[in-house]
Formats: sequence, structure tokens, C-alpha cells
Amino acid sequence: MNNQSEPLWEVFIRSKQGLDHKHVGSLHAADAKMAIENARDVYTRRMEGVSIWVVESKYIHSTNPDESESFFDPANDKVYRHPTFYDLPNELKYM
Amino acid sequence: MYSKSINKAEDDLVDYTLFLADSSLIMGHRLSEWTGHGPMIEQDIAITNIALDLIGQARNFYQYAAGMITEIQGKKVTEDDLAYLRDANEFKNLLITELPNGDWAKTILKVFFLSVWQFYFYQKLIYSEDKRLSAIAEKSLKEVTYHVKWSSDWVIRLGDGTEESQGKIANAIEDLWPYTGEMFMPVEFENNLKNSVGIDVSSIKNDYIEKVAAVLKEATLYVPRESWMHTGGKKGVHTEHLGYILAEMQFLQRAYPGLEW
Repeated sequence: MNNQSEPLWEVFIRSKQGLDHKHVGSLHAADAKMAIENARDVYTRRMEGVSIWVVESKYIHSTNPDESESFFDPANDKVYRHPTFYDLPNELKYM
Repeated sequence: MYSKSINKAEDDLVDYTLFLADSSLIMGHRLSEWTGHGPMIEQDIAITNIALDLIGQARNFYQYAAGMITEIQGKKVTEDDLAYLRDANEFKNLLITELPNGDWAKTILKVFFLSVWQFYFYQKLIYSEDKRLSAIAEKSLKEVTYHVKWSSDWVIRLGDGTEESQGKIANAIEDLWPYTGEMFMPVEFENNLKNSVGIDVSSIKNDYIEKVAAVLKEATLYVPRESWMHTGGKKGVHTEHLGYILAEMQFLQRAYPGLEW
């Protein structure tokens, strides 16, 4: 099967107790319906999930690792952005 | 091979259960032959999953039959005895299940034809007077529903695909169509049990034909006209293929009786 007719899809599964879909892997399929069925066959054999999202890999855009420093480092030392300066009453201690 | 009961209804129920068990087992075994040979990893897993589903269904039916036979003849018989120690003329599977897998198109079509039949069959069997058959049908129906969906989607993609894929599935229809009639030609034990513990297959024939026609139409394929149909499986009269299947499947138990993991 050549890549033209079988694009790559990223698979996200939400577990029974979960609230968000997690990335579990990828697979090849000719179209969205096949991708979902393949994901069901490959990634939910052991009851890993109750909901599947598939997205063609080409539609996922990600950050460039070379830009990581300028993208993420500045957030590392800005303590004033965290909501940690409040005195919470004991009743709310575990919020 | 097993003693018959003095009660004909009991015998019929055993035969009926074995017919359902054998059909699932032989189809599951055939599909397992694709292990490691699927056209893509995802389809290899899909087809072997289906094989496992079918073998699981077969086990449920065999366990029930084994229990009944044990009671009838007073000597213990297990699901393994039924699967591994009966000879071809004792098997009651539908002929379509023992046909060679052929290419991917032929296998897809075999799964499609069988699973659509199983879908409507189990839907009715849930209302069986026999609680055990009803329970097995209910459990199997969910798996079969997916088999219908998966195989339908493949029939459509192969049919409405390239010239090559359409040619292959059209050939498969020619080859397999004469084996689709057997499902709706009841034998004696089916007729004896219909509408009590068994179902009346004539009541699901129209649903079957409608569903098959709808999928083939969407796949831009022709629905064959009425034709002569192969029969005999349910009476133990099989094609030359079953012998080879059993030789492979039963070899281990026959060569090393009682062998366990």
C-alpha cells in the first residue's frame, strides 16, 4: 500500500474513567471511517477506551524543538503568574 | 459418535447447537489462517480479532452442547471433544464457512455474507425459549454487529474502488453466491425447533436480502439473480475442504490425546 492512498492518522482514546482523549499511537487508513475502525481494532482490544478521535497526521501542527528555548523557558521564572499568594482557609486546603 | 437421546427434541437441540457452534468455529479457523499474512498490520489485527470473536462464540455453543450430551449419555463429554474429535461427516457447519479464504476480497465477502446472516439470526434467537441459546445470542450480537459494519465498509471500498479491486470482489460474488442459499434452507432439526427454541429462518430471509442488496448497490456491484444453491453442510455432507481443515485443526489432539497447555 503506498502512502498516497493510505495516509497516516494519529489516534486519541478516552478511557472509561477519563475526561480527555490521550494520544495512543498512529495507523494507516484510506479514509476517516476506516481509520476509526482500525483504531477500534488496534487500540481498544483490552478495553482501553470508550471514545476514539482520529486526525490525519498532516493536520497536526506542533512546536519546533529548535525553538523550545524561546517558546517555553521564559515562563519558568515568573512566579507572579501562579495563584499562590492567597491565604486559603483550612476548609479549602485541598482545592 | 455420541449416543442419541430417547427424546427427539433433545437430540434436535443438540444438533441445532452444534450447527451454530461448528459454523462459528470453522469460519473462525479459516480467518485465523490470515494471521501474519494480512495486507496491512491493521487488517491483520482486524481479521484475527474477528476470528477470535467467532471462536469465542463457538466455545459458548460447544460448552452448552457438551453439557447436554454428557447428561444424555451419562459419560463426560467436553467442548474440546466436540471440536477436536469429531470427523467431517459429524460437523454441521454451513458450507460457506469451510471454503478457502482466497484473496482479501473473497475473505471480506465471506465475512460479510456470514455476519449479516448471523446478525439477523441472533437478533431472533434472543427470543428463543431456551435461555442458554438466548443468552449466547445476546452476547454474540454485539460482536456480530461490528463484523457487519466492518465487512460492509470493506465491500463498499473494494467495489467502489479501483478497476482491479472491483474485479476481484465481483469474482468473489460469483464464487460465493451459490453458497448463500444454504442459510435459508432449513434441515429437519431446524424445522422441528422453529419458533420454540430455534428460529424460523424464512422470517429473516428478506432482511438478509435487503441488507446485502443495499451494500452491494452502494459498492456499485451487481446482485446475482436467484441461482442453484449448494447444500449439505448441516447434514454432514461437506466439500473436499473440510477434511483438510480438520486434519490441521485436530492433529494435535488426535496425535497427543488429552494434551493440555
